[in-house]
Amino acid sequence: MFGNIDTTMVLAILPKILLLVLAFIVLIFDLVWGDDRKRGLGWLTAGGLAVILVVSLLIGRPSDEPSLVWGNMLIHDWLSFVFELMFIFGAGITALFAMDFKQLGEHGEFYLLLLTSTLGMTLMASAANLIILYLAIETTSIPLYVLAGFFRGDDKSSEAGFKYLLFGALTSTVMLYGFSLLYGFTGTTDIYALTRSVINGDVSIALVLGTLMLVLVGFGFKVSAVPFHFWAPDVYEGAPTPVAGFLSTASKAAGFAVLMRVLLAAFPASVPYWAAIIAVLSTASMTLGNALALAQKNIKRLLAYSSIAHAGYALIGVAAVSPLGTTATVFYLIAYVITNLAAFGIVAAYSRVSGSDEISSYAALSRRAPGLSLMMLVAFLSLAGMPPLGGFVAKVFVFAAAVKSGLVWLAMIGVLNSIVGLYYYLIVLKVVYLYRSEEEEIPVPISRPYTLALGILVIGIILIGTVFAPWFSWSDTAAAALF
Amino acid sequence: MQFPILSIILFTPLTAALLILLIPGERKEEIRVTALAAAFIAMFLAAWVYFSYDAAAGGYQYIEQYAWLPTLGISYHVGVDGLSAPLVLLTGVVMFTGVLISWGLDDRPREFFAFLFILATGVFGVFMALDLFGLFFFYEIAVFPMFLLISIWGWKVTREYAAMKLTLYLFIGSVIALVGALAIFFRSGMNTFDMLALEQANLPVAFQKFWFPFVFFGFAVLGGIFPFHNWSPDGHVAAPTAVSMFHAGVLMKLGAFAALRVGIMLLPEGAKFHMPWIIFLALVNVVYGAFIAMVQTDFKYVIGFSSVSHMGLVLMGFATLNLDGLTGAGVQMFSHGIMTALFFAVVGMVYDRAHTREIPKLGGFVKVMPWVAVAFIVGGLVSMGMPGLSGFVAEFPIFMGLWSYRPWIAIVAAVSIVITASYIIRVIGRVFFGAMPEEFVGHITDVTVLDKVALAVLCVILIGVGIYPSVMVPLVQTGVSNVLRLFGGA
Repeated sequence: MFGNIDTTMVLAILPKILLLVLAFIVLIFDLVWGDDRKRGLGWLTAGGLAVILVVSLLIGRPSDEPSLVWGNMLIHDWLSFVFELMFIFGAGITALFAMDFKQLGEHGEFYLLLLTSTLGMTLMASAANLIILYLAIETTSIPLYVLAGFFRGDDKSSEAGFKYLLFGALTSTVMLYGFSLLYGFTGTTDIYALTRSVINGDVSIALVLGTLMLVLVGFGFKVSAVPFHFWAPDVYEGAPTPVAGFLSTASKAAGFAVLMRVLLAAFPASVPYWAAIIAVLSTASMTLGNALALAQKNIKRLLAYSSIAHAGYALIGVAAVSPLGTTATVFYLIAYVITNLAAFGIVAAYSRVSGSDEISSYAALSRRAPGLSLMMLVAFLSLAGMPPLGGFVAKVFVFAAAVKSGLVWLAMIGVLNSIVGLYYYLIVLKVVYLYRSEEEEIPVPISRPYTLALGILVIGIILIGTVFAPWFSWSDTAAAALF
Repeated sequence: MQFPILSIILFTPLTAALLILLIPGERKEEIRVTALAAAFIAMFLAAWVYFSYDAAAGGYQYIEQYAWLPTLGISYHVGVDGLSAPLVLLTGVVMFTGVLISWGLDDRPREFFAFLFILATGVFGVFMALDLFGLFFFYEIAVFPMFLLISIWGWKVTREYAAMKLTLYLFIGSVIALVGALAIFFRSGMNTFDMLALEQANLPVAFQKFWFPFVFFGFAVLGGIFPFHNWSPDGHVAAPTAVSMFHAGVLMKLGAFAALRVGIMLLPEGAKFHMPWIIFLALVNVVYGAFIAMVQTDFKYVIGFSSVSHMGLVLMGFATLNLDGLTGAGVQMFSHGIMTALFFAVVGMVYDRAHTREIPKLGGFVKVMPWVAVAFIVGGLVSMGMPGLSGFVAEFPIFMGLWSYRPWIAIVAAVSIVITASYIIRVIGRVFFGAMPEEFVGHITDVTVLDKVALAVLCVILIGVGIYPSVMVPLVQTGVSNVLRLFGGA
């Protein structure tokens, strides 16, 4: 079926193979190690993912020309590669964050599900066929449903898992219906072959747009764009914090990888209107996400709404339909993934000590843990888009892409929204730095995995914000794969 | 390659901030000494740059340029000209005196100095930036730490409100200007953020007319232009002393300077078109600010509104778009920076001892703190524009420029000098002379030696520029001729 299997084909799916191998290793050690050593699985997973990251970087790099492999099922290009690295990085950091949660980090299943979901995401990023794409999305989502409900004794966590499952199942069926229509209209499931049928005008624009809307329901759910965002706050609030962090970063980035590939490859710029639909989604996500974040009292819900808003900013780059726009979106996601992981990591680290996710429980954190507070400052300011942190440059690039494509109004909405964003991030920082609490003499112990992971992330945030040329050229190469 | 003196000035406060963060929080004395050392180095190097700038050659000097993101034409590009060299010096001086005056700060000095120095890094960066992206990068760095500095160490009554108001105002301004800057970047079609190149872009007149207000007002918000000025008195009053000094002394110049550099210099046609009405806003600043200052009873609000009034003169000087007006505005930025830093230092010293700033409740302070009284009188005379002091050197050319633009505007604006005199003299009389109220007698002590050093440094500069204007005016004129060249004349 695949013809001769040669090394390029194997190298193209190297990260996926390694993820699977790692999952088996974790499974074996889960059986071998006793309960007292289960926490070590976290180091094993994180270390293994780090090795995969390095190995992929060294020998798995794609050539500049995208190549379709495995019977045109997968595409191996820089776009998929950059996103794969993002997912692997995110999963590694999540493993470190989860280690010290007793109900999470001491269960082998957790790491196994995490790795499976990551495997699904890498498939999403490189899928070149609607069938494999759908399978990849399900491979990603099903473990995530379980992970969201991982705290079995906790009602909120079970609610989160179940809600996520219901919403996910609903949107994925709508999307699947869209896929089936696409197949019906064009007679192919190959994403790159769809383009030709669409451009040739075999199918009327109205039908294409209608189908596109159906497909966008599924993608919109993945990236939590308004109006497909309802699940996000409840799920983030209820899910274990490291899982919520993973959902809001790697899973969202995977959604964007698919969104960009399908829109730009299957519905090229010659099909009018879709950019306008994306611009509307972007406006709605930014505005509603930021507006609702203002009223939040729970930090995880605040981060959930903020992540909806960030999906909106990233969509600006997609709506620009230009190489610069796609570059900006990829860059935005790199910066966002690192920053938001840091934000959730800090919340996880602190909630282990304080036992609360209320924003008011962060009072006097700067007196209890000056280092952790500084990290929080860095992460939140990066989310707000302040230099010299990653978020600033990323925002400048997406706004630049919008201005270049003549979408000055969208850029203006974006900048006005970033002011609203700044307001609520500052409110949190004010609680951390200004307010007093009765417990301010009690120190906040931070365990080693957190120190390591947060250290990496904070350095990453600052590096992206200052030495941005290498990240930009990566994003640029990734974007070039679509044009 | 020449010695990268500007980069060293820029990175001194940043490095110091990082070092300070590494010192354990309870070793306060070491933190203060590190801060003072860094501030002194920065001030010394800034003075070095100022005095060794070759005014005869003019143009941008000490230029350094390194590629930052070549794909989009972003580079790390710094240099100073006759307008920015005095402002770099101003920043160094205010930083140094600010550290001296904050010596007694006891609540988390580590974080305080670290944030203050990050702010200083941003300020230096904006004054030196020759790259549009770099300018925004440093501008935002300068705006943000204010929030924490004011809300943590500020005056308890209004700090949360004032800090948020200030940050949002300034951030709104800067992001709107950012969109304008991106529009300039793409419209020029040159794929570079280098401002020296963009100055030559010959953008279409209609484009310039459309975008000028966005860019100019975006920055002028920080310069305190009417009707976007009302963050400023609240912010000044709520801030701790050193931050008020930085804020009124340096940050407001940052806004005015960026409005000049990006608004007027990159969009000269837009400036020509819009300035005739912007000058009225600045006139409102000058006169209305002075009137409001006159009726305040809070010592610090008096100074806060006087800043609004004096910054109006800077913007008016810009709006004349002639040599005299712009030169005066350039000198005024420096002179007002030093003067208002001095004022806020004095207010801080009085408040720290009396625990009130209500002017009617104060009195007789000259007897216990003569240095402070003398310093305030010097500052007051500068503020009134007395000859022999830097205020005269600055304001006289502004009024000359206004006269040659529209004589009646100069006449109306001159009213502000009388009002300024009235409120300054009232403050001097009420706070420093007269009888000291009962409850203060015996409780008020003189200021420390470090405070006196800070006051002396500031006074010497004000008097020095006043009696020997050639130390600054020719320098500023070279910078102004740079600007005027873009308007097709010198």
